[in-house]
Amino acid sequence: MMDWLTGVLSLIGATLVLLAAVGIVRMPDLFTRMQAATKASTLGLGCLLAAAAVALADSSAVVRALSIGAFIMLTSPVSNHVIARAGYLTKVPLWSGTVVDEWRSHRDLESDRDL
Amino acid sequence: MQPDVLVNLAEFMISAAFFIALIRVFWGPTLPDRVVAVDLIGVSAVCLMVVAAVDSKEPAFLDTAVVIALLGFLGTVAYARYAERRRRE
Repeated sequence: MMDWLTGVLSLIGATLVLLAAVGIVRMPDLFTRMQAATKASTLGLGCLLAAAAVALADSSAVVRALSIGAFIMLTSPVSNHVIARAGYLTKVPLWSGTVVDEWRSHRDLESDRDL
Repeated sequence: MQPDVLVNLAEFMISAAFFIALIRVFWGPTLPDRVVAVDLIGVSAVCLMVVAAVDSKEPAFLDTAVVIALLGFLGTVAYARYAERRRRE
């Protein structure tokens, strides 16, 4: 029974990671690619860590799995915020169908600074 | 059908994700696209280590996963600092 739970959880996690990779190829610009890759891969890693905790069923392994999960969930928003900011400031082109760009109305385009 | 087959299938799918993300590293029109793809490759390497721990019932693979996660985060932040500083000069 535990073996089946492990197998199904790791299959769900692997599917989410594969979807993140497909999203990073298929999406039209940097920011949509980032949101596809980050959210799906974080959830996929969470499922895989749950599978590892169930499969190993050892207190030290469970603590390690929880600490990897906590680490990824703390650092992945930070690192993606930092890349998105760097990408916007280095003028990565937005997708032609972009509807709202709130930062632009707060920026002076000539001096390239915030108002 | 054995549950082990599902774990092996998961390993195969994560390896496929690895190579699909590599396409974006080669194509990526701008540098931040490549960095995002490399970040995803780092996360899928962590996932591969976790599945290897499940497959071999060996908790030492989880330690490797911690190290890869830490290095991926530091690399991404270092790139972003570099890009913003280069913009200012």
